[in-house]
Amino acid sequence: MKNEDLYNYVLRLGDDSLILGQRLGEWCGHGPILEEDIAMTNISLDLIGQAMSLLDYAGVLDGQGKDHDALAFLRFENEYRNALLLEQPNGDFANTMMRQFLFDAFRKPLYEKLLESTDMQIAAIAEKSLKETRYHLKHTSEWVIRLGDGTDESHQRAQTALDLLWRYTDELFFQTEEDTTLISLGMVPSMSEIKAEWSKTVLSVLEEATLVIPTNNWQFEGGRRGMHSEHLGFLLADLQYMQRAYPNMKW
Amino acid sequence: MKTMDLQELEKRFQEKIDKEIKIEPNDWMPDEYRKTLIRQISQHAHSEIVGMLPEGNWITRAPNLRRKAVLLAKVQDEAGHGLYLYSSVETLGADREATIDDLHSGKAKYSSIFNYPAVTWADIGTIGWLVDGAAIMNQVALCRCSYGPYARGMVKICKEESFHQRQGFESLVTLCNGTPTQKAMAQDAMNRFWWPALMMFGPSDDESPNSAQSMKWKIKRFSNDELRQSFVDATVPQAEILGLTIPDPNLKWNEETGHYDFSPINWDEFWQVVNGNGPCNKERIEARTKAKEEGMWVREAAMAYAEKRALKKTA
Amino acid sequence: MSNREWPLWEVFIRSKQGLNHKHVGSLRAPDATLALENARDVYTRRSEGISIWVVESNYVHASDPSDADSLFEPSDTKVYRHPTFYEVPDGIKHM
Ligand SMILES: [Fe+2]
Ligand SMILES: [Fe+2]
Ligand SMILES: [Fe+2]
Repeated sequence: MKNEDLYNYVLRLGDDSLILGQRLGEWCGHGPILEEDIAMTNISLDLIGQAMSLLDYAGVLDGQGKDHDALAFLRFENEYRNALLLEQPNGDFANTMMRQFLFDAFRKPLYEKLLESTDMQIAAIAEKSLKETRYHLKHTSEWVIRLGDGTDESHQRAQTALDLLWRYTDELFFQTEEDTTLISLGMVPSMSEIKAEWSKTVLSVLEEATLVIPTNNWQFEGGRRGMHSEHLGFLLADLQYMQRAYPNMKW
Repeated sequence: MKTMDLQELEKRFQEKIDKEIKIEPNDWMPDEYRKTLIRQISQHAHSEIVGMLPEGNWITRAPNLRRKAVLLAKVQDEAGHGLYLYSSVETLGADREATIDDLHSGKAKYSSIFNYPAVTWADIGTIGWLVDGAAIMNQVALCRCSYGPYARGMVKICKEESFHQRQGFESLVTLCNGTPTQKAMAQDAMNRFWWPALMMFGPSDDESPNSAQSMKWKIKRFSNDELRQSFVDATVPQAEILGLTIPDPNLKWNEETGHYDFSPINWDEFWQVVNGNGPCNKERIEARTKAKEEGMWVREAAMAYAEKRALKKTA
Repeated sequence: MSNREWPLWEVFIRSKQGLNHKHVGSLRAPDATLALENARDVYTRRSEGISIWVVESNYVHASDPSDADSLFEPSDTKVYRHPTFYEVPDGIKHM
């Protein structure tokens, strides 16, 4: 492998986009109102586009001639490196928006830093993706605020979503030993910087939304190491269905 | 302003239509014209939205990321089309949510094609090719409809539709040049979708009583049978390129008429499906009703927030 | 049906720098912020615009078509407002 450390890093980025894009795609045709149906599909499309670029690059770093499809469709469950947060089921609209918001608030500062990466390819992907992610974050922040500070019911649902999803947020900032090498080479930022930015955004939006961070801060992790929740298997059963049922065909 | 009697107004209205002057929202129009348009445009809008479901159910299972993105973008376009159309219904004084409630109660109809299941990946290509193809045939004609907002909406929709049919055809080309399994999958989809696609143009001319008036008002420019024939004529050569067999033993070129002859359509099936007895009518309406009901608290929350904000501003 | 459905907004888009905003359609939104975002998602999926205006439909006032005669026909006879009304001797340039 050409650059295993960077490969692992890019794979995590690509899998995050892929799995969340897949999840959001489930909403298409079922949104709470047409306008928002279209908005969620736009975010899903952006994420799938990002997944294609990132996984293609991962394939290059891997050096075995794999393209984005080979990586997206033909790995085993424990080879996916997405954070657990992103494979969680959509739940209701509050849950979907909260999941997306917590992720966007992480992705935006991350892409801002990756823009300065000494790896040109990563910098280029970050540049395109950052524009998309800024908009996602704006949109999901608007919604978290409206749901939190809307009706009693929406507040309750938004708070429930936050309580449920908060447990998966620490994992977003997962960093390996190998990452420190990449950091010292200026290829990727240190996660502590990203977390500081993330906390700032999250705290201010949640405050405006009148939502409170759960007091129990017990955190789950595992996705980054390939240890997933029960949900990923079902997601992959759909995602991989065609490639597994009809191997080696072009579509 | 001097008051005109109804006859005079109707006469002037028809003169405008005859002179190809578009009717705009605030212009005087006969009640029946308004009603016909509300019915037709909202049915069209419902078709776009319900039409998202059969294809939408393949988004999570698309065979590669390119096809997934294309399918998402395509189904999203249909949501946009529904929205443009609801937007023109609203210019006629109808309320979008009320027309949607009519869809859910079964009072309003939508294109019967979407009551057929999409069971294999080949169905997705076939829907793009045949179903969007048939829709385009209809919609291109509607771009010249006498009602301004509908005609303009159609122009916008037709521009977007052109990629729908192409992506479907492209997908089928891949299957038909692929393995025998893929080719068989494509033929199977063709066998199931051909007749329902022909039914999309609606009952034959002698069975559609409202047609004459709609033609006179230039809401419609071509009859159902004319459009259906154009579709068959355009599609048969495309099927030949794919190497797919059209499931009609009587299909053949007629030198005299310059058109393809084809077997009579099974109108019993058509009416059964229109009236709720298609394979998926129940699922489609349930899915749409569920989306609206489960979205209620979301829409209410956003309204409540907006009202709170407005109060704060004025306070 | 709930009477708390979102209000209707008219959407205007500037397709490129130097052109006026043009009416493209309408949509539903709870407030101006989301109306703008929805307009972006609904009406500019194919790079149709670089700037968006939204106006709540309630606030649009339209002239009455039955007054069209008295509103617009009087100007038809004021041909002297158009440059072609005036004759200019041959050979005059830049006018
Ligand atoms: Fe459409
Ligand atoms: Fe279409
Ligand atoms: Fe259509």
